[in-house]
Amino acid sequence: MSSQAADGHSPDGRREARPFQTDSVRAPDCSREDELTVQATAAISLEHVSRRFVIDGRPVTVLDDVSFAVPAHGVTAVVGPNGSGKSTLLRLISGLLLPDSGTIAIHGAQVAQADARVGLVFQEPRLLPWRTAIDNVAFPLELAGVGREQRHEKARALLELVGLTTFARAYPHQLSGGMRQRAAIARALVRDPQILLLDEPFSALDALMRERFNEELLEVWQRTGTTILIVTHSIAEAVFLADDVVVLTARPGQVAARVHVPLGRPRLPDALDSATFSRAAASIRAHLSGSPADIAAHEAAAAPVSDVLERAGAAAFFDPFSGGGANR
Amino acid sequence: MNWRSNVVPVVVAAVAFVLFWKAVVVIGNLPVFILPAPELVAQRFVTAWVDGTMWRHASVTLLEITLGFLVGAGLAVAIGYLLARSRLAERLLSPYIVASQATPVLVLAPVLALWLGTGLLPKIVICALIVFFPIVIATMVGIRSVDVRLLELGRSLRATPRQMFTQLELPAALPQILGGMRVGATLAVIGAIVGEWAGADRGLGVLINLARGSLFDFPLMFATLAMIALIGVVLYLLVTIVERILVGSWRSS
Repeated sequence: MSSQAADGHSPDGRREARPFQTDSVRAPDCSREDELTVQATAAISLEHVSRRFVIDGRPVTVLDDVSFAVPAHGVTAVVGPNGSGKSTLLRLISGLLLPDSGTIAIHGAQVAQADARVGLVFQEPRLLPWRTAIDNVAFPLELAGVGREQRHEKARALLELVGLTTFARAYPHQLSGGMRQRAAIARALVRDPQILLLDEPFSALDALMRERFNEELLEVWQRTGTTILIVTHSIAEAVFLADDVVVLTARPGQVAARVHVPLGRPRLPDALDSATFSRAAASIRAHLSGSPADIAAHEAAAAPVSDVLERAGAAAFFDPFSGGGANR
Repeated sequence: MNWRSNVVPVVVAAVAFVLFWKAVVVIGNLPVFILPAPELVAQRFVTAWVDGTMWRHASVTLLEITLGFLVGAGLAVAIGYLLARSRLAERLLSPYIVASQATPVLVLAPVLALWLGTGLLPKIVICALIVFFPIVIATMVGIRSVDVRLLELGRSLRATPRQMFTQLELPAALPQILGGMRVGATLAVIGAIVGEWAGADRGLGVLINLARGSLFDFPLMFATLAMIALIGVVLYLLVTIVERILVGSWRSS
């Protein structure tokens, strides 16, 4: 993707189209002061949210007393094992489901129904097979009654943002899996959402594609300044993308921890090899495994070792996936 | 798509069919009132067109088929949607729908002629009735099998109920609905002929009866039969073409 639009203007520079500006605030740069002011305004806040489903006649609590806030213009990730209610969480925030108890607010206003301020990217692209890429991207605008000329202009700008300009007239069955998911992301952005919710959006892609998509997502984020909340079961993905990672427990989903990722921006792929990355990943892993001993061991042992290595300028390779005590 | 690979086999098959027909007539030494030779039928077909007989009757039948199909298909899509979306509607209506299909139109036709006279209306009703069943089932199945994930997408974008139907459910179910219409189109022809047999003064069904019963013009009878078959094939092709236009470009393979 080119960086033409980095200043927030559309590539063709016309007055009308500042298609990726979602709010008056520009994409954040990550100096310390900014981070603090950003933290102060929560884009999404969940308070004591619980949700049950009836499965085979038995009530099952999927989310139990979940509270956390998502800072505006940042990237926040939610990780958790299968069955921790991650997808339910996104459906609640997007207004597709309502909580049984507790409140969810977007920029202070309670969510009561599907909300146009939220763009949702599902695990599968969910493109309409009878529409071309550009008409798929323009679909939300069409439903909202935007005229053909206008919505196509907007859709074209977004297709360019995700690198699909040449495939505007292609039908979904003519696109690769990765291209379909790009189109789905463009569609989620077409109404200039203040918040972009992603539900394991890259889980169907292979590992290499996934890394590339993560980088591209960050690029898109930097250009649009949208608040991103991404649900994933990949610790590496969460750490690479997010400023903060919310760790959920297995069913019923509860917030086990909130791990801050002190990596700078912009994040390049080599961030994956840094000690800071490994430490954050190991911490998340410890919280996921859930035993207090793991967490304690990790916190006692990990920090000093990696600091030494990092000061020496060496990239520190840790295997964050071999358990909390790996750094000893 | 290759012109030759499409057209050549069709022509070869048609020629083979006519030759077989001729061979049966010659070898079996069949009299004209059992099976007239193909060239005799072809000749009569042409003269019937030239003197206006064929069009006089075919135009009526075509009108019956067209109106009957439109009414039947329209109702079928509407009720099929209702059946797919409402359990109650399905329970209440499906016994009658199945019963209406199980009742032979041959029996129903005279009754309808009795009630509605010998004009256009009873034929439209019979056509609609016979067309209804395959399309209502296809629509029901089609709407029920619409990907719920697409419907969730629609809800997340706050599509109105009307948009849900026109933008998501209908296009998604269209391949199935059109499949039902293919069957329905050919059945509509049968409906019109049966309706005409029960009482009419014009139509291809009437022409067959005339040719057989009072004119003893057997080549004309077979020419009419060929005309009816031709209408069926053309209608089927029409639906296929509509299918290709509407869903051909987005369906893979």
